[in-house]
Amino acid sequence: MSALNPATPIAASSGCKSSRCGSSAQQMNGLPSAIMQKVQDHPCYSEEAHHHFARMHVAVAPACNIQCNYCNRKYDCSNESRPGVVSEVLTAEQAVQKTLAVAAAIPQMSVLGIAGPGDALANPERTFTTFGELTRRAPDLKLCLSTNGLMLPKYVDQIAAYKVDHVTITINCIDPDIGAQIYPWIFWNHRRVTGREASEILIAQQQKGLEMLVERGILVKVNSVMIPGINDAHLKEVSRVVRAKGAFLHNVMPLISEAEHGTHFGLTGQRGPTPQELKALQDECAGEMNMMRHCQQCRADAVGMLGEDRGAEFSIEKVAAMQIDEVAAMQRRVALRETINAELAAKRAARHAEPAQVLALRPAVPPPELGRAVRMAVATGSGMLIDQHFGHARAFSVYEVREGKVEWLETRAAAQYCGGADDCGETESTLARTIATLADCEVVLCSRVGIEPWGKLEAAGIRPDVEHAMESIEAAAAAVWQAMLAAGQLDAPRDAQRRA
Amino acid sequence: MALEIIEGCVNCWACLPLCPHQAIYEAKPHFLIDADRCSECVDAFATPQCAAICPVEGVIVDELGTPLNPRGSLAPPA
Ligand code: SF4
Ligand code: SF4
Repeated sequence: MSALNPATPIAASSGCKSSRCGSSAQQMNGLPSAIMQKVQDHPCYSEEAHHHFARMHVAVAPACNIQCNYCNRKYDCSNESRPGVVSEVLTAEQAVQKTLAVAAAIPQMSVLGIAGPGDALANPERTFTTFGELTRRAPDLKLCLSTNGLMLPKYVDQIAAYKVDHVTITINCIDPDIGAQIYPWIFWNHRRVTGREASEILIAQQQKGLEMLVERGILVKVNSVMIPGINDAHLKEVSRVVRAKGAFLHNVMPLISEAEHGTHFGLTGQRGPTPQELKALQDECAGEMNMMRHCQQCRADAVGMLGEDRGAEFSIEKVAAMQIDEVAAMQRRVALRETINAELAAKRAARHAEPAQVLALRPAVPPPELGRAVRMAVATGSGMLIDQHFGHARAFSVYEVREGKVEWLETRAAAQYCGGADDCGETESTLARTIATLADCEVVLCSRVGIEPWGKLEAAGIRPDVEHAMESIEAAAAAVWQAMLAAGQLDAPRDAQRRA
Repeated sequence: MALEIIEGCVNCWACLPLCPHQAIYEAKPHFLIDADRCSECVDAFATPQCAAICPVEGVIVDELGTPLNPRGSLAPPA
């Protein structure tokens, strides 16, 4: 990946952007080095390691204790899921069985999260029973949770006791006047609290919870929903404050407010940010650490992450009938992790030899920007090779090639053939929806692609490329970019802005 | 004395863990309150807990059919 890339204009303007470049990132981020080390080694956040590991969420936490104006409680929490999704709620026992089954079948499984479908800490019994059982039966798995933060101070010690490894707090504001436009009410101390007072309490609890987690050495990530005209300007301040308190990552997500989801914002016509507005704010809030934009990755579950559609293998009934050798499964996971970590360490060592040369060769005056950045979507099961048929991919890895350097951005779910009839727009086919999610990509790299999708992709301005089947993603993406550059395709901006 | 959950409940689960008498249960097409168990919380809290957290107006009603969260009561101020 391109984190170690001192020649890019970004690096030139903001100093070394990489979290691996000596100590500068630590100083700039103001985080203790122990925390930085934890982040860098983390299977979710390490830029080089994350795609070797799988993670999953279990839907054990249905209840929620606040109302957000961008959420319709018919569906799963908007902070943690795509809009309009309804998860099948699992009991703690079912969640434990499912986790053990997936972790036995998929040795890459390394992180188990509880993020909903409501709020993890509005369901403390279910959440902590699940964690407790897994701590006992699969102690190698890292645990994480997501919360709106209202109940955090109360449960911080329990979170620490179960060795929960990282916590994501959704913080949309630190100013209660702004909060009053986002949260109509909260449930607090056995009553419903509305108006500004609700946001005062919520904000105070979130900030206190953040501080308490940091004190205990637990990694804290902050998510924010960008709501133009309400908190967009304010989020820079949020970013500054949460970082100063020790959050290692601030991740800005767009408001999604389709009228048909029936949210307050959807009904009042509150718009979401344009991709440009979002990108600009994300860049500002991303800080000095060059880490993955993580939210989509984390929503994917391990069952889908490995490319094949294996969800059906782990239905509640099938899982209940499985006989699992938990100890043997854990040994397999631990062994695999050791192998992967050893490979990464070797790669890292090799890379550390490079920068001196790159720096030495770098001209005194930076060269004019050569060719623009190009995004490419890759159909991959392994995360390393271009090894999937376009039509079989459940998710696409999106890469950006900038000045010949390939950087992984995120994983995006492909549209699925839907089961239910009523939540599925008839006019928009699955293919069209998949293409829409890839609209910012110019190339899609896959092992094969059918004739119909080929035509539709081209019509959408996305060029399918099967020339590099079974090649390494990074090498192929770099080669494709170089070919585009040589053909003069990168001199001008991409023709049309597409929004499907 | 008992409250009742009626049509319109979105099965969000919020009320269920709060009930001091485990009167609320998951059911189809929507959650229900066991009238024999429900005390309207008078013995435990200042206000019925299920109605204090329910995000949907009009779906929790008293014995007269009067909603505890009447129309407009949960909407954000305009
Ligand atoms: S009013 Fe109180 S006792 Fe009755 S169902 Fe609601 S929470 Fe339970
Ligand atoms: S809180 Fe209201 S909407 Fe949610 S399950 Fe209970 S009665 Fe239904």
